Amino acid sequence: MLAVSGLEKSFVAPDGVRATVVSVKEFSLAAGGQLALRGESGTGKTTFLHLIAGILAADAGRIELDGVAMTALSEPQRDRLRAGKIGYIFQAFNLLQGHTALENVVLGMSFGPHGADRPHARELLERVGLGHRLDHFPSQLSTGQQQRVAVARALANRPKLVLADEPTGSLDRPRAKESLALIRGVCRENGAALLLVSHDEQALDQFERVQNFSDINQALL
Amino acid sequence: MPLFFEIWTLGVWDFFSAMTLPLIIYRSLRQHALSTLVTAGSIALACGLLMTVWMVKEQAQSAFTNTTTGFDAVLGARGSKLQLVLNAIFHLEASPGNLAESDYEYIKHHPLVKTAIPIAVGDNLRGYRLVGTLAELFTGVEIAPGKKFTLEPGGRLFSADAKEAVAGSFAAQRLGLKVGDTFHPFHGLNFNPSEQHTDIYTVVGLLQPTNTPADRVVWIPLHGLQTMNGHDPKYATEVSAVLVQLRTPMAGFMLDLMYNKQGNRLTFAWPVASIVADLFSKIDWFDRVLALVAYLVALVAAAGVLASIYNSMSARRRDIAILRALGARRRTIFGAVVSEAACIGALGAAAGFAVYFAMFTVVAGIIRAQTGVVLDGRAGGQVLWLGPAAMVALCALGGVVPAMKAYRTPVAETLAPVS
Repeated sequence: MLAVSGLEKSFVAPDGVRATVVSVKEFSLAAGGQLALRGESGTGKTTFLHLIAGILAADAGRIELDGVAMTALSEPQRDRLRAGKIGYIFQAFNLLQGHTALENVVLGMSFGPHGADRPHARELLERVGLGHRLDHFPSQLSTGQQQRVAVARALANRPKLVLADEPTGSLDRPRAKESLALIRGVCRENGAALLLVSHDEQALDQFERVQNFSDINQALL
Repeated sequence: MPLFFEIWTLGVWDFFSAMTLPLIIYRSLRQHALSTLVTAGSIALACGLLMTVWMVKEQAQSAFTNTTTGFDAVLGARGSKLQLVLNAIFHLEASPGNLAESDYEYIKHHPLVKTAIPIAVGDNLRGYRLVGTLAELFTGVEIAPGKKFTLEPGGRLFSADAKEAVAGSFAAQRLGLKVGDTFHPFHGLNFNPSEQHTDIYTVVGLLQPTNTPADRVVWIPLHGLQTMNGHDPKYATEVSAVLVQLRTPMAGFMLDLMYNKQGNRLTFAWPVASIVADLFSKIDWFDRVLALVAYLVALVAAAGVLASIYNSMSARRRDIAILRALGARRRTIFGAVVSEAACIGALGAAAGFAVYFAMFTVVAGIIRAQTGVVLDGRAGGQVLWLGPAAMVALCALGGVVPAMKAYRTPVAETLAPVS
């Protein structure tokens, strides 16, 4: 499903020195598989996810997603691939404040090959327990509810791969556990692979497969 | 890929996925409702002003040029042809002088002349001109093809030797005249309460609207005005002008030669339409200044759209980055911002029609009150679709600069902090 090899990404620091943030020799994730990456803040986890999602272009290396070489694509092609195959649960949810819960989920699928499918969006929100909050704006939802909207949105385009960046960072313990169970369950139901990054041990404990990000990112050595 | 190349290669799929665009635009307009309303309001004013300036100019020129009240020429004392026409046809301006009865009789019986109707001016009824003439004006002359003066039911024309009056529809309405009312005329073309004549006239008829300057006049018998108490009896047989209908178009050339080139006592103002058209060509510069002002207002309004959306771009960076992270392409974002600007333009242009009708009504009312010429705000004109379309296009253009800023939004660094 996901195969990464020789991936390199560097940035120019404010002092003008170029620093390598991500250097991954090999990494893979099977279709339907669920893996958590453990790593502290500032270790390049988000950059890694952004590279996989095609939000950032790699300096070198190869990322293959569902048989497509992401790194060989132009930016518009990466955008299209991301819209069709990847769901992203952001650290701070990143919901569109001016759109209702339903609209946020609809927008999560609108740029993909299937376009907007309101009935499917409704189903997803009902699945995550927000069937009665469809027309609420994010400011009218609790943190936990916003996170559930983010989960529904990530699954809206029927992705092959869901990327989750510290999805429980804003939640208390009980909500975090509930949320992770929801994410894992919904991904399983939809046959989507899940790659989650976190530094929260209690969150990581819920995964059968956990890897240290420092073991795969040579830039941290 | 260069920006404009990307835009040109917008494919069908992008179009359908961009059917989401209306939702994004609608929510954005709602989120910034106040600035949207203010900006659209300024567009409405600009659009309304543009349409009003153009339509008033077009219609006024057409209405004035086509207002002949059925006559081909005016014969009057030596002077400006324009003054003659303004005085005799539009009932504006003072008469350049008088003609002797013999001059009137001569042209009346001229073989090239079909009809000659004398008029005399010099008095008013509370600011509305009194014009002395013959009843024949109302019975024998077509003011437009197939159209003659018509009286309202219950009225009749004045008798030649009686102190009777027939009022034009606009004058009657403003003066509150009805059949049976009596009044004292006032001397002069402008109302002066101390210049009241002792004569008493009775209104015997009201004319139906003709949408010509004749509506602003109160008509009395020619003899009555000539012999009004207080007027010098020496001039009792003179007239201010003669309204002329010609038998053939060629007749105009011949009479023009006879009076204007070979003679030096009288002026033959012909053709009436060209003389008025000539006035408009002389003040064409004024039209261009007005049009320029309207264009500048439109530009400023479009610049307002640019500034309004551009200033909101910083607050929208995150939303743009989120949309990009969800798979929206740069050109979709670009298209959304330009479309939003165009929508504001469209909202303003639609409201601009209300502004146009309001402005036009006011201006047309003033023109009608001053000249009797009627303008129609509902008449068609290219500017009524070209103006709004141009405003929408201008606003879309104003959206390009903020759209380019949105286009360049860096997604990764704008989203949640990197870990």
